[in-house]
Formats: sequence, structure tokens, C-alpha cells
Amino acid sequence: MEKLIEQFSFGLFFWQLLLFVALLFLLRKYAWKPILGAVEKREEGIKGALEAAEAAKKEMQNVTADSERLLKEARAERDVLLKEARDIKANIIAEAKEQAQVEGDKMIKQAQATIESEKKAAVADIKAQVANLSVEIAEKVIKQELSDKGKQQKLVEDMLGDIKLN
Amino acid sequence: MRYSFFSKKLVAVIFLIAGFVSAQNHEGEEVETGAHDLKTQIKEYIDHHLLDSYDFNLYSYTTDQGEHKYIGFPLPVILWDNGLKVFSSSQFEHGEAVAEVDGNHYALYHNKIYRTDAEGTINFGGHHGDETHTEDAFGENLVVDDAHPTNEKPLDFSITKNVVFIMAVALLMFLVFRSMAKRYQKSTMPKGVGRFLEPLVLFVRDEIAIPNIGEHKYKRYMSYLLTVFFFVWVINLLGLTPLGVNVTNNIAVTFALAMITYLITTFTGNKNYWKHIFWMPGVPVPMKIILAPIELLGTFIKPFSLMIRLYANITAGHVVLMSIIGLMFIFKNWIGSPLSFLLAFALSLLELLVAALQAYIFTMLSALYFGMAVEEDHH
Repeated sequence: MEKLIEQFSFGLFFWQLLLFVALLFLLRKYAWKPILGAVEKREEGIKGALEAAEAAKKEMQNVTADSERLLKEARAERDVLLKEARDIKANIIAEAKEQAQVEGDKMIKQAQATIESEKKAAVADIKAQVANLSVEIAEKVIKQELSDKGKQQKLVEDMLGDIKLN
Repeated sequence: MRYSFFSKKLVAVIFLIAGFVSAQNHEGEEVETGAHDLKTQIKEYIDHHLLDSYDFNLYSYTTDQGEHKYIGFPLPVILWDNGLKVFSSSQFEHGEAVAEVDGNHYALYHNKIYRTDAEGTINFGGHHGDETHTEDAFGENLVVDDAHPTNEKPLDFSITKNVVFIMAVALLMFLVFRSMAKRYQKSTMPKGVGRFLEPLVLFVRDEIAIPNIGEHKYKRYMSYLLTVFFFVWVINLLGLTPLGVNVTNNIAVTFALAMITYLITTFTGNKNYWKHIFWMPGVPVPMKIILAPIELLGTFIKPFSLMIRLYANITAGHVVLMSIIGLMFIFKNWIGSPLSFLLAFALSLLELLVAALQAYIFTMLSALYFGMAVEEDHH
């Protein structure tokens, strides 16, 4: 201990204290603060980047989920649309068939009516012709009868034979 | 990889040179005095090595004519003795002459400056009874080892070898860390020397400051912890170079460092810290009264232990290393030199570890004391 005290050099103590404190303040201003600041900034940056990456990952997951949901919805919608289209098609076909049926029926009826009316007209015509012929025959017969009975008879028969298939 | 290879090579070269330089020294002295008091000589040489010096000498030797030659340069001596006295240490001629400045005479005795008369007379008193005996400052009959000179000692602010090294380390640290800090302005990634130093800075922050002081309060202590860590480490490492300085084995240096730790602890201590010292909570009143002086003493013992630990570890390392190198001259046969070299080499490697370890321990314990000073009340 005595040796230690004897060894103690006040000058060295003075210089050590002065130089060390000067070094401390200089380094604090020009080195430690910038260095620790930069390191801290970098660490914060890394932390921020990691957090951002994590957030981006989550966002990405959300987006994927969203797009999947949209896809599902779109698919469902497409199915609905297709179904609707099919229904519409079936309806249209059915309606067209029905209409065609109706139209056909109508045309058939018309045709039948026309036929009927034609028939009636024909019958009427025939009737008129028959009447005419009858009248003519009667006239001739009357004219013949007036000359010969036999001849008259024969005339009637000929005439009847003429009109048989008329 | 590159760094470690380089440093290994460098360290190896340094120790080779270290061995060479000290070998030269001893050989020189051996020629002069013979092997008779070789052990005393080695002891003196070690003592001399451990002391601060007013000159910057790399090594000295003795010529065949018995003349001492010193390789190095003198340093300024600054004294306060009724006014500022500045002169070159070359005036002492390595302790063999009296320096004369403004009519005052100064002489070196046991590597300390004393005010003397023109002949350089050193007066002794006290230890040798009533009679006061005198002795020439450069006399060979230094039998009065435990006697204290009664000569006046002027206040000594000399730029000694150790001061030069403190300056050099401070300058080196400032330049290196300043350039490291500048690089961070360009990019936040470390470049160059920063790649090596940044992990160390982070080590001090994450392993020393934050665990001991706490997440929220460590920042104000970082400057001191980083500075003291790197300062002690670098200056310990320089002590292992052949330049032969060992600044941290001066009690004045470790005292200054420990004092700063003490002052920071004391002035940043919070209410809780002082309460634990003067009025320990949770113990009976008589115990509180007994504990107060013990705790108060503890605040001084803590930095005191810092001071002694650093001083003693570095001094011990140097003494053992020098003694092992000294073995070379005692053995004086074929086994001596290789054995001495191997032991010195192994010890040097150990000392490399000790250099870093002591810096770590000093910083760690300082951080621990700061942590105690700012700890919040948990009760």
C-alpha cells in the first residue's frame, strides 16, 4: 500500500484525467452518438421491414382469400345464368311449339272450313247443273215426246246415261 | 478471417521483437557487471520497466567502453515550482546529471524529480533515527531503499512516456472511431474497420450496458462505457508491444478511471440508491444505523476494487513475463532460451486474453455500479 502511494504520480493522474475526459467528450460527440444512432436506425429499419413483410404476407393472404371468394361467387353466378338460359330456351321452345300447334290447328280449321265451303259451293253448282240438265232434259223430252213416244223414251235413257257419272 | 490471420502474424512478430529487444538490454548490462548479481539486475530491470519514464527509450545498451547508449528521444519535463518550469528531459542525461532551470536545480532519484542543490544532493531523514544522512543522487551505495528523500518535490506535470502513450491512444481512438462514424453517414451498413469494431460496440451495448443498467436508462452511460472499454483494451494491448509501455500498471491511471466511474455513479444515483445506502428499507432500525456506514464505505470500495484489479492484473502479467524472459540469462545453457521463449510466448497469449478481459471486467463492473445507481424501487 505504501509502495502504491509512493508510486502514485500526480502528473500522470492529471494527464490521464484530462485526456480521458477530453477523449470521452470528443468521442461522444463525433463517434458514439453517430455510430449508435446509425446502428439503432438500422435496427429500427430491419424491424420495420420485418413488420412490413409480415403485414404484406397477411395482406396477400387476405387478397388470395378475397379472390377465391370472388371466383366462387362468379362460378355460382355463371351457374345461375346458365340455368336461367336453359330455362329460357326450354320456355321458348315450348312456347314456339304451342304457338305452332295453335297456328297449325287454326290453319287446319281454316282449310276445313274452306273445303266445306268449296264442297257446299260444288254441291250447289252440281245442284244447279242438275237442275239445268233436268230442265234441258225435260225440254228435250218434252220436245221428243211430242213426236214419238218410243223415241222420246230412248232419248231420256240416253240422256240419263250421259249424266250418270257427271 | 483476414483480420485474425493478420493479427496472429503481427502478434508473433511483436513478441519476437520484444524478446530480441530485452535480450539486447540484458546482454549489455551483463557484460558490465558479470553474472554475480544477475538476479538483482533482472529485478531492477523489471522494476524499471514497470515505472514511468521521462524519456522515450526503446532500449538501451552499454558499449564495450562501458558507456550507456540509449535509443529513443527525450520528452518535455513540466514542473510547477513557484512558476512554470519547462525543459527537456535530456538535461537529466538519464538520471546522471542535474538539470538547471532558472537557477533551480532538479535531479532524478528513483525515477522521481526532486529539487536539489547544484551537486544534486539528496537528503534522507526519518527512517534512520535522529541523524540525517545525505547521499549523492547517482551514488551506487543505494542501501537505504526504504528511506524517503526529504528534498522538496515540485508539482510534476511532465509529458512522460505514459502520457505520450495516453495521447497516442486517445488520438488513435478518436481518428478510428470518427472515420467509422463518418462511414455510417453514407450507408447504415458498417464498412472497413467498422465491420470489426461494430460487433464490439454492440457487445458493449447488448452484453454489458443493457443487462446491467436496463433497457431504458443505458443510453446516457454508453459513451463512458464504450470509451473506457476501448481505451483500457487498446492501452493494455500496447503494453504488450515491444515499445514496452504499460500505462494501466500505474495506479494513477487506474485511479483516474475508477474515480470517473465513482463520480458518474454518485452524480447519477437516484433517490432509491441513496435510500439503500443511508436508510436500508426492509430491516429493523438498529440495523439501518449499522448498515449506513458500511454501505457508504461500500460506495468507495467498489471503485477502489476497480482501480486495484486493473492495476494488479496488468502489473502481475508484466512482472511474470519479464521474469520469464529474465530466465534466459540465469539458465545460460541450451535449454534456457527455448524454454524461456516458449513460456514467454504462451504467457503473452494469455496476456492478450487478460488485456481484453480486464477491459471487459472494468466496463462490466462500471455498468453494474451504474445499474445500481439508477435502479428503481421494487418494494
